[in-house]
Amino acid sequence: MACINPDGTLTRPGRSILEAMRQPAPLNQVSTGSGVPLYRVRSVIRELLVAELAYADGELYQVTEKGIEKLDS
Amino acid sequence: MGVSFVLYALNIAIDIKEVFMMCCENTTAPTPALPRLGSPAPSFEAVTTLGTLRLEDFKGSWLILFSHPADFTPVCTTEFIAFAEIHEDLRQRNVELLGLSIDSVYSHIAWVRNIEEKMGVKVNFPVIADLNKEVATAYGMVMPGESKTETSRCVFVIDPNGIIRAMVYYPLTTGRNMQEIIRLIDALQTSDKHSVATPANWKPGDKIIVPPPNTQDMAEDRVKEGLECNDWYFCRKEL
Repeated sequence: MACINPDGTLTRPGRSILEAMRQPAPLNQVSTGSGVPLYRVRSVIRELLVAELAYADGELYQVTEKGIEKLDS
Repeated sequence: MGVSFVLYALNIAIDIKEVFMMCCENTTAPTPALPRLGSPAPSFEAVTTLGTLRLEDFKGSWLILFSHPADFTPVCTTEFIAFAEIHEDLRQRNVELLGLSIDSVYSHIAWVRNIEEKMGVKVNFPVIADLNKEVATAYGMVMPGESKTETSRCVFVIDPNGIIRAMVYYPLTTGRNMQEIIRLIDALQTSDKHSVATPANWKPGDKIIVPPPNTQDMAEDRVKEGLECNDWYFCRKEL
């Protein structure tokens, strides 16, 4: 996965995108906050949602408790 | 009488089957429809050097989807370096780059690392590993007359709404011109923004072509507008 390394740790874009979602944010803001191009944010967020590290509330995205644990570990 | 008729009908059926086998059995599978200007770009989900990407991920940006014949080949290497060098110029125009070839993602990774190591140029755009030719087939990138195993040098310009706006095909032998690709993007974006057309060899700052009038009234009014006209149908203006 583009957001999680084989050892379970977050990849560089995975981490910066999750960091940008500590507060609920729309995709554009996540892209600006993380410095990751919008197309890649969309791709990585798809994987973060499947891994339950992030959740969507309408057009806003936010890190989950599980995601915060990953970020802080 | 009845038996003769059945045998007669049976013979006809056998003849029909033989004719069908002669004419139709060896025909090739139908060729998929090629992309068309002004039509939606074929959707895809593909493994790339930056993870799995879908066409829809690029919504809102212009996209240059381009193919190259093979990794670790000289002309393609010069093109990748050239694309990397215009990447930032393109991004300033809200254009993303997406490469493609019929190679594995491991080959792509090794090649872009090699380019950085040997040529000092970092390739930051994603490259599709299209081993099953799914995307190449959908976009008509393989030209069997040139090669059945490699994609030709194709460029598809896709607008923020997912519509194909330009297609450029170059043969295996000939590397593409990056300044022409930038010029093409500038021309398309100028046409969209100002509802105008651009003449031959146009570049930003040059006069543009005013679309021809559709009615006699429009033609008469045009003369009064102070446009630079050679004739009623052929007018230019500054932007």
